[in-house]
Amino acid sequence: MLILTCPNCGVVADETDLHGGGEAHITRFGADASEGDFESYLFHKKNPRGVHFERWRHVYGCGKWFHAARDTVTLEVFGTYSAQTLTPPKALQNKIKKKRPDWEGFKK
Amino acid sequence: MKRYSAFAIAREAARYHSGWERAWRSPEPKKSYDVVIVGAGGHGLATAYYLGKNHGITNVAIIEKGWLGGGNTGRNTTIIRSNYLQDESAAIYEKARSLYENLSQELNYNVMFSPRGVMMLAQTEHEIRGYKRTEHANRLQGIETRFIGPKEVKKLVPIIELNGPRYPVLGALWQPRGGTARHDAVAWGYARACSDMGMDIIQQTEVTGIKQARGKVTGVETTRGVIACKKLGMVVAGHSGVLADMAGFRLPIESVSLQALVSEPIKPCMDVVVMANTVHGYMSQSDKGEMVIGGGADGFNNYSQRGSFHHLEETVRALIETFPIVSRLKMLRHWGGIVDMTGDRSPIISKTPLGNTFINCGWGTGGFKSIPGSGWAMAEMMATGEPGDLAAGFGLDRFREGRFIDESVAAGVAH
Repeated sequence: MLILTCPNCGVVADETDLHGGGEAHITRFGADASEGDFESYLFHKKNPRGVHFERWRHVYGCGKWFHAARDTVTLEVFGTYSAQTLTPPKALQNKIKKKRPDWEGFKK
Repeated sequence: MKRYSAFAIAREAARYHSGWERAWRSPEPKKSYDVVIVGAGGHGLATAYYLGKNHGITNVAIIEKGWLGGGNTGRNTTIIRSNYLQDESAAIYEKARSLYENLSQELNYNVMFSPRGVMMLAQTEHEIRGYKRTEHANRLQGIETRFIGPKEVKKLVPIIELNGPRYPVLGALWQPRGGTARHDAVAWGYARACSDMGMDIIQQTEVTGIKQARGKVTGVETTRGVIACKKLGMVVAGHSGVLADMAGFRLPIESVSLQALVSEPIKPCMDVVVMANTVHGYMSQSDKGEMVIGGGADGFNNYSQRGSFHHLEETVRALIETFPIVSRLKMLRHWGGIVDMTGDRSPIISKTPLGNTFINCGWGTGGFKSIPGSGWAMAEMMATGEPGDLAAGFGLDRFREGRFIDESVAAGVAH
């Protein structure tokens, strides 16, 4: 069972209380975007073996969105953080880098 | 290759079974091949087989990171059906189903295809309408399916509970020619036939890089050195994104874990496949007597080949509602496979931005049933350079053009 701490309400929530929202920090494109950008925004999600930043919603709790950093192979959770940010917090990135020296770092 | 036959069994019985040869060779990789296929699962091996059989291309290597058929080919619930809603899906799944019918004879390898019938239960009014729509679509597509009432359901599956605690069984979509096959045997049979045509199956060899020059692939870097190729086929299911990343393009795919489990073996009690999509569970009985049970997919990216326990709980709860007699069955094993999900829940059989590279992936939760059809279509595209009729709708460009083959509603949980 995946367990994440909601940074909004502080509750340690089981996966059954949460709903995954896919890749975090994606750039949104509107109707005036090129076909390639729009396709990429809709479908070309990062699907890494390893460190992944993603959106989660505490649906059966406070109802708010937040972000989580997770390893998709070991299922280790590196941390959760507020959704009101365009990039993962530096401290979290450093923590991941320490645990996963081979990690190429956060890329948009 | 010595043929398997009743005579061969008798001959070997008379000499202590000393004359059986290995089903396929394990050669050292050559420096270069006409075609390299990455991934020796069902789809990769079937692609190689039809390249040789239909197109006469036999200078082929199939490279496998682990062991042959050890990924999703050995992890599925072995169900074969073709009662899809959209024309493109129906065509390729029906091609696969019809190839399965004669596969044992064709490969001289018993894949234990058992056309025992596949039943998809309708447990809400909405599901009845959906399945009747599929039935009509199937009739136009030339696929034999029938909507049957609860009485006939009970007759075909005596252990079913029609009036479960949550959802009654209101009817079912019945495909009598669907069924199951032995999943390992499908991989082994294709592997033996490929090896017999002179193709090299190279196991325990991981592709670590893709060599390119002037927009084309020239070879693959592997843990056993560089192997050059004129054409490259990527057929690696859950790890397609990783391979595409090496090649420098991105796929509309996310990898999640899909779980299954089997019970202890019991006496024969159910001779059809039953899928209950509203309550999320499906079950069939293997020839060994185990109840083979398919569960749901996780809602997050996962490469770990195991899934969340609460999904198993949901699946088992659904099955106990539907088949009360299984409530005291002990479960023997459970496992997960990494499935590659596309946005429209339909596969990708496509050319790629690299001219001589082709990709076959995105089968998600429905890969096993499609193996022969998928291999047939992929081989045709790799041999001619252009997708044929079967593959035409499944190109990567459909995501850019919004030309989806939407099976996410039709497929439900048990794709």
